[in-house]
Amino acid sequence: MIRIFTLAFLALAALPLKAATDIQVVTSPGGITAWLVQEPSIPMVALQFSFRGGASQDAPDKLGATNLMVGLLEEGATGISATEFAERSDELGARFRFNTGRDSVSITASILTSNLDESVALLRLALVEPAFGEVAFERVRGQVNSGLRSDETDPQAIGGTAFRAMTFPDHAYGRPTDGTLETVAALTPEDMRVAHRNALGRNNVLIGVVGDITPEALGLLLDELLGELPDDIVDNVPDVQPVLESGITVIQFDTPQSVVIFAQPGLKRDDPDYLAAYVLNHIVGGRSSTARLNVEVREKRGLTYGISSFLLPYQHSALYMGHFNSGNDTVAEAVRIVQEEWAKVADAGVTAEELETAKRYLTGAYALRFDGNAEIAGILAGLQVARLPLSYISDRNALVNAVSVEDINRVAATLYQPENLRFVVVGQPEGLVE
Amino acid sequence: MRKVLGLAVLATIWGPMAQAQQVPVTSYSLENGMEVVVIEDHRAPIVTHMVWYRVGAADEPVGKSGIAHFLEHLMFKGTDAVPDGQFSPIVEANGGNDNAFTSQDYTAYYQQVAADRLPLMMEMEADRMRGLVLDDAAMLTERDVVLEERALRTDSDPGSLFGEQRDAAQFLNHPYGTPVIGWPNEVDALTLQDALDFYGVFYAPNNAILVVAGDVQPAEVLAWAEQYYGPLQPSEGITKRLRPQEPPQRAARRLVYNDPRVASPYVIRSYLAPNRKAGDQTQAAALSLLADVLGGGGITSLLGQRLQIEEDIALASGAFYSGLSYDPDTFGMYVVPKPDVSLENAEARMDATLQFLLDNGVDPARLARSKATLLADAIYAMDSQRGLAQRYGAALTSGLTVEDVAAWPDILQAVTEADILAAAQEVLDIRHSVTGYLMGEKEAGQ
Repeated sequence: MIRIFTLAFLALAALPLKAATDIQVVTSPGGITAWLVQEPSIPMVALQFSFRGGASQDAPDKLGATNLMVGLLEEGATGISATEFAERSDELGARFRFNTGRDSVSITASILTSNLDESVALLRLALVEPAFGEVAFERVRGQVNSGLRSDETDPQAIGGTAFRAMTFPDHAYGRPTDGTLETVAALTPEDMRVAHRNALGRNNVLIGVVGDITPEALGLLLDELLGELPDDIVDNVPDVQPVLESGITVIQFDTPQSVVIFAQPGLKRDDPDYLAAYVLNHIVGGRSSTARLNVEVREKRGLTYGISSFLLPYQHSALYMGHFNSGNDTVAEAVRIVQEEWAKVADAGVTAEELETAKRYLTGAYALRFDGNAEIAGILAGLQVARLPLSYISDRNALVNAVSVEDINRVAATLYQPENLRFVVVGQPEGLVE
Repeated sequence: MRKVLGLAVLATIWGPMAQAQQVPVTSYSLENGMEVVVIEDHRAPIVTHMVWYRVGAADEPVGKSGIAHFLEHLMFKGTDAVPDGQFSPIVEANGGNDNAFTSQDYTAYYQQVAADRLPLMMEMEADRMRGLVLDDAAMLTERDVVLEERALRTDSDPGSLFGEQRDAAQFLNHPYGTPVIGWPNEVDALTLQDALDFYGVFYAPNNAILVVAGDVQPAEVLAWAEQYYGPLQPSEGITKRLRPQEPPQRAARRLVYNDPRVASPYVIRSYLAPNRKAGDQTQAAALSLLADVLGGGGITSLLGQRLQIEEDIALASGAFYSGLSYDPDTFGMYVVPKPDVSLENAEARMDATLQFLLDNGVDPARLARSKATLLADAIYAMDSQRGLAQRYGAALTSGLTVEDVAAWPDILQAVTEADILAAAQEVLDIRHSVTGYLMGEKEAGQ
């Protein structure tokens, strides 16, 4: 069994990523650009469309408009009812998913090669000619309201809403993406048309495509699908600094286990130290068995089932967040340990050995993310959203390996801010002092 | 016009499917009884390595609920060769991800890693199949982690607590009535010896299935399997899995669970239902299509069309049936009514919809759409390496064979309207059902 340890410390061979070498930038005759990886082994095409903007574009009195609008895209269009749309996509074996994020609206499609043209024609109706009919509008609004009512008794949602409101006062990021029962009640089908006009455009869409399709066919597809969308979509949201200071906010809620969110200011994706911070977080709070928070809170003490932290870069701000759940009688100890670990990193940084372990994992596991056409399409769109270059996939492991222990500890000294680390605890925690 | 068009499209889907289903699968048995399944996927130099044990929560000794899942956690604690919880760190040092999961019928461990690390994963997984070393300190801390997991997944979620109560009502005698994670009072009392006893009997090559999916050649996988798993000694304690079976159910059972955390009440009904059996999957296929035409796919299903669109009384509705279990499990359906609609009314409309199906049969266009959806599922399933590996592992630990998995798509396509109605008549008998209402705070006078 000695061999295990020998093998374990062999350097990882660089994985030849097919996606890294084979990305093509396709520009349609109409001037729409997409990143494509041709993958003919399965008779399907996976597409992801990410439209910059998202729920943060909602006016304060129209909160939830973008989310409800996106929920209505597949609920009927010119000449086709909601039921007919759903039946047609079943017949074609086409899968469409519509999602509203804080900074983007994303649409994913899985399409069978044999039904490509018919499926694209159907998706075009949803994107370009949605009907926003009265009946479908009321039905989907009822579903959104049901979710909002559930959020009122969900400790996770209660904590998240309270945390956002205190961190981003008077800014779109402080408001709920799905709106509130009051704002959603006031929305009209006309608001849907306005939200649609402001959300989906040719000039704010970023596209990743993987599958059994040629660049020429993709070009024609893009023009058909998106060619009629406007090209003047603007982002009206200002940049903002999160308002965070150390301390604990407790929200009383009758539940056996407290829900904890913790956060401090983070780094935006274009920050030159972002990658060093990413590696640093992996060591401290990443989803790794050796992450310090996992070792201290779960493995050594059994205080939680899972704890992790992550950088959360937005278009207009940046957070560094984490979360865990812990029993009401153990949560105070868990919070104290997170505070101590945070201070330790701020004071002493991490070791060269920890950095080496993190690099080994991060460089080796990067290839595992490219697990399937749909996954890769999402990555291709995501890279463009993050404004990273085409070469990022092939360069990324070298960039990770170039992070030195000096870099990482220079970043640790400024990134970790115990004085700005805020906890929001929802539950009936014992012994926590606000 | 639409229907004609739809049928034409279906015909075009049939063509590529014939080839599409040919995911290359190879299977072997080692001399010590371990089964080996290899699924080739050469799109990227990645491999998914899984070991499935034919043991789950339904195989636990009475009074020791949760031991199968607790042992799953303890399997990461160490062996003489890989001590001190170093299993996952070594996987990670090799650029891999690993985890495990437990159900009523199986316990499975997996790693995803670069294909050239497969032999190392096998060596480590084989080592912990027979070589687990545990101490009380590690056991006690991990028991707290499991109790936190239960609090997270079950006690913090009224829908999950409700499901636990419904299962307990559904199964009077079969262990499917006991939650996989265990009853909290019993989990709290589990000991090191309980874990070691369970491990000693059930963790052995003659109770295990190796599933490897990814950029590998079947012959090399077999050679490595013989090298690493081949020398392991079989357990003498493995016998046919005979769990206590349900007696005939003679009375419909009903329950109401009130929880102030419930904002959207719903009604849910489950019926005892047969499972997929080796060489005999026809009725299960009919039940799968029944679930789809009745309540699959949102508003296109019969429940969705009638209750969400025509009658406009429901926010959501659905029907569910998996068929993938070692013993008979359930067929179910539910309705989440709009806020001004009572659960009694929702239940009445759900029953009326079911009666409509039994009286009027299945709309041929609806059945054709369900089958088209299943064909598309088969193609999209090939896009997930881990999903494919999981499909084989779950089937084999549920008593099916590799041949049954391969035959399943064709059996689904061969289902007729008569098959569906016969299955519905036989299985959806109210005397064999449990109907549950999940509701918010109990109001005064209720």
